[in-house]
Amino acid sequence: MQHIISILIENEAGALSRVSGLFSARGYNIESLTVAPTEDTTLSRMTLVTRGDENVIEQITKQLNKLIDVVKLVDLSEGPHIERELMMIKVRAEGTMREELKRLADIFRGNIIDATGNSYTIEMTGDGAKLDAFIQVVDDELIIETVRSGPLGIARGGKRLTLHV
Amino acid sequence: MELSGAEIVVQALKDEGVEYVWGYPGGAVLHIYDALFQQNEVRHILVRHEQAAAHAADGYARATGKPGVVLVTSGPGATNAVTGIATAFMDSIPLVVLTGQVPTPVIGSDAFQEVDTVGITRPCVKHNFLVKRVDDLAETIRKAFYIAASGRPGPVVVDIPKDVTDPNIRISYEYPQEIGMRSYNPVERGHPGQIRKAVDLMMSAKRPVIYTGGGVVLADASEELCQLVKKTGFPITQTLMGLGAFPATDPQFLGMLGMHGTYEANMAMHETDVLIAIGARFDDRVTGKVAHFCPHAKIIHIDVDPASISKTVRVDVPIVGQVRSVLADMLHLIDELECEPGRDALAQWWERIEAWRAVECLSYDASDKVIKPQFAVEALYKVTRDDEFYLTSDVGQHQMFAAQFYPFDQPRRWINSGGLGTMGFGLPAAMGVKQACPEAEVACITGEASIQMCIQELATCKQYDLPIKILLLNNGYMGMVRQWQEFFYDGRYSHSYVDALPDFCKLAESYDHVGMRIDDPADLEAAYREAFGMKDRLVFMDIVIDPEENVYPMIEAGKGHHEMHMSPHLSSERELA
Ligand SMILES: Cc1cc2nc3c(=O)[nH]c(=O)nc-3n(C[C@H](O)[C@H](O)[C@H](O)COP(=O)(O)OP(=O)(O)OC[C@H]3O[C@@H](n4cnc5c(N)ncnc54)[C@H](O)[C@@H]3O)c2cc1C
Ligand SMILES: Cc1ncc(C[n+]2csc(CCOP(=O)(O)OP(=O)(O)O)c2C)c(N)n1
Ligand SMILES: [Mg+2]
Repeated sequence: MQHIISILIENEAGALSRVSGLFSARGYNIESLTVAPTEDTTLSRMTLVTRGDENVIEQITKQLNKLIDVVKLVDLSEGPHIERELMMIKVRAEGTMREELKRLADIFRGNIIDATGNSYTIEMTGDGAKLDAFIQVVDDELIIETVRSGPLGIARGGKRLTLHV
Repeated sequence: MELSGAEIVVQALKDEGVEYVWGYPGGAVLHIYDALFQQNEVRHILVRHEQAAAHAADGYARATGKPGVVLVTSGPGATNAVTGIATAFMDSIPLVVLTGQVPTPVIGSDAFQEVDTVGITRPCVKHNFLVKRVDDLAETIRKAFYIAASGRPGPVVVDIPKDVTDPNIRISYEYPQEIGMRSYNPVERGHPGQIRKAVDLMMSAKRPVIYTGGGVVLADASEELCQLVKKTGFPITQTLMGLGAFPATDPQFLGMLGMHGTYEANMAMHETDVLIAIGARFDDRVTGKVAHFCPHAKIIHIDVDPASISKTVRVDVPIVGQVRSVLADMLHLIDELECEPGRDALAQWWERIEAWRAVECLSYDASDKVIKPQFAVEALYKVTRDDEFYLTSDVGQHQMFAAQFYPFDQPRRWINSGGLGTMGFGLPAAMGVKQACPEAEVACITGEASIQMCIQELATCKQYDLPIKILLLNNGYMGMVRQWQEFFYDGRYSHSYVDALPDFCKLAESYDHVGMRIDDPADLEAAYREAFGMKDRLVFMDIVIDPEENVYPMIEAGKGHHEMHMSPHLSSERELA
């Protein structure tokens, strides 16, 4: 099953390589990994998407917790949570397709953030499945380039991942 | 106090109470070497290869429980130390390894003797640091010692660029007393509820086994362990790393378990209904095929590292905590509850175990013509049993024979590389042990292949007058490899014959040590006595043994505990129970 793990980690050089090195050394699967500093500049927050059975996920969270730089982590998949991913997709937009693509983007609540005479760049957020669906409806031939951030996740409700319990 | 970075390194070591540093100089650490030169408190031991520096510091740490300290230069100095660092990592041994690095402005430019030490060592350290500012130096070293020795111990590398130790830049120095790390809080006490569950389960057991490992040694918890074993009357088996934590001469000890464990220990594992695992990590050399492991047992596991629990084998009652405090709490609870295990069931269980024991799985073909390796170890025990005696080992058959035939009665006396199985470990480790315990007898058991991996250290032993005794069980083969080739490759001995051996006696003598060659079993004991009688000399005993002896019992990789190969020596009429 797919799991989405949020990690607070010391914002130090090499912290990212400790996490990615752990995954390659132990043969765990990593589907996506995003990192950025938090409002507390000494901490980074990572969102990591991985896949595995219960035992594997248990080992992954234990091994991550064991990294000295990891301050806290939570497996968001254990509770209700929200996932969002950002995609920018550059498509060929010529002739009648210009209107068609604009309509499609609207349906998916995407925004056209750049345009030339024959192309659009559409920005879209949503869970992975929604972005996949958009790619599906656009003709393969029209897609010039896509770039996706990988999911970010946050727990629903008042719960939060912070230093303080 | 105003100090330069180099002086801070040395002062921090003093503030940690460090007696010895094993190291080797080079460009990137010259400032530090200069600071070392100007003081006498911290003694530097110059090894002949950086791998040996790490092994020697490791031997010191295993014998004392204190972190061993290593100092090497950048580039090749650091890479040479990696095998020693990985060896310590696999066995959870506390080391602080200071590595020189090229100056910060040129890091990343493929400068002379630059390697990414933090990157190379990352997978085989508990943690590592690159110190980029002299202001961070003292605190980082403090953290390194704290991390190395606390929780589940392990090696910590501190990579120090040369400009950070610049003698011309001086800053005020204060060594931090307390160190708090929000991201690192090792657990001490076990959860009372879990301990209660464990005690209940233990008291309901009909066929209990206590299985302990290196964690008991690392935790200095022998006393608590012995109390538990005595109080419960349960049988106990230990891993290769756990030997000595419970006295091997005690009748409740079943011997080592696992691949080369005893028949009684492995059969007891196979039939146990409650397994109490203490500071052991269910290594594949212990479990054999996991699907066949303890098929009837509920498992209790005490370990300070949550990641060790349910890693390879699912356990029923996990207890995260320091062995010592958990066992103390457990003993306390047993007293409080005034509970006892079922004595009748236990008596029946012991009867079954005694039947397995009667097989005498370790018996071997004695000989008066050729020295059997088993005999060589038994004779060693005879000669050293009353001494404060430490035995280090290299890797191979000799290591297994030592583990099987030398009954260690105290912890920290048996010092070997189990997890990584590093040939070359024995001699430098013995140097570290001898330095830690100058009054004790220290011997290294080795093979003619292993000893050649760090044999240059005979020079270090000469320089620092380290009168250790080397017992080379010379079978002319990489015996352990040959055994596998005999069993699993139809006797095709591909590259496992150790050809072109030196004359080890002459070699030892060329370093001013004493060499002895022994090939008659009748001479062995007297030779040992003579060698151990030479208190202030290193004696190198080249003991010619039966070239094709095998280690039994043996569980093939991928087999269960009940599927042991027994020695062909055991006559067929002695039916296995
Ligand atoms: C040639 C060869 C043959 C071998 N054959 C065998 C064999 O037949 N049988 C055998 O047993 N081994 C054998 N080994 C060794 C084997 O590879 C492993 O190294 C060994 O089994 C691991 O021992 P352990 O489980 O005690 O773990 P260790 O590596 O000693 O780990 C200690 C465990 O205790 C925990 N711990 C540490 N400190 C504490 C503390 N203070 N409190 C609580 N927990 C703590 C750690 O987290 C860890 O889980 C062999 C090795 C070689 C080289
Ligand atoms: C550095 C290293 N290389 C290779 C091995 C694989 N290996 C394990 S035992 C062994 C043979 C050891 O031979 P020797 O030292 O003569 O001991 P014996 O088994 O004959 O007692 C080898 C090559 C190892 N453990 N370590
Ligand atoms: Mg040999």
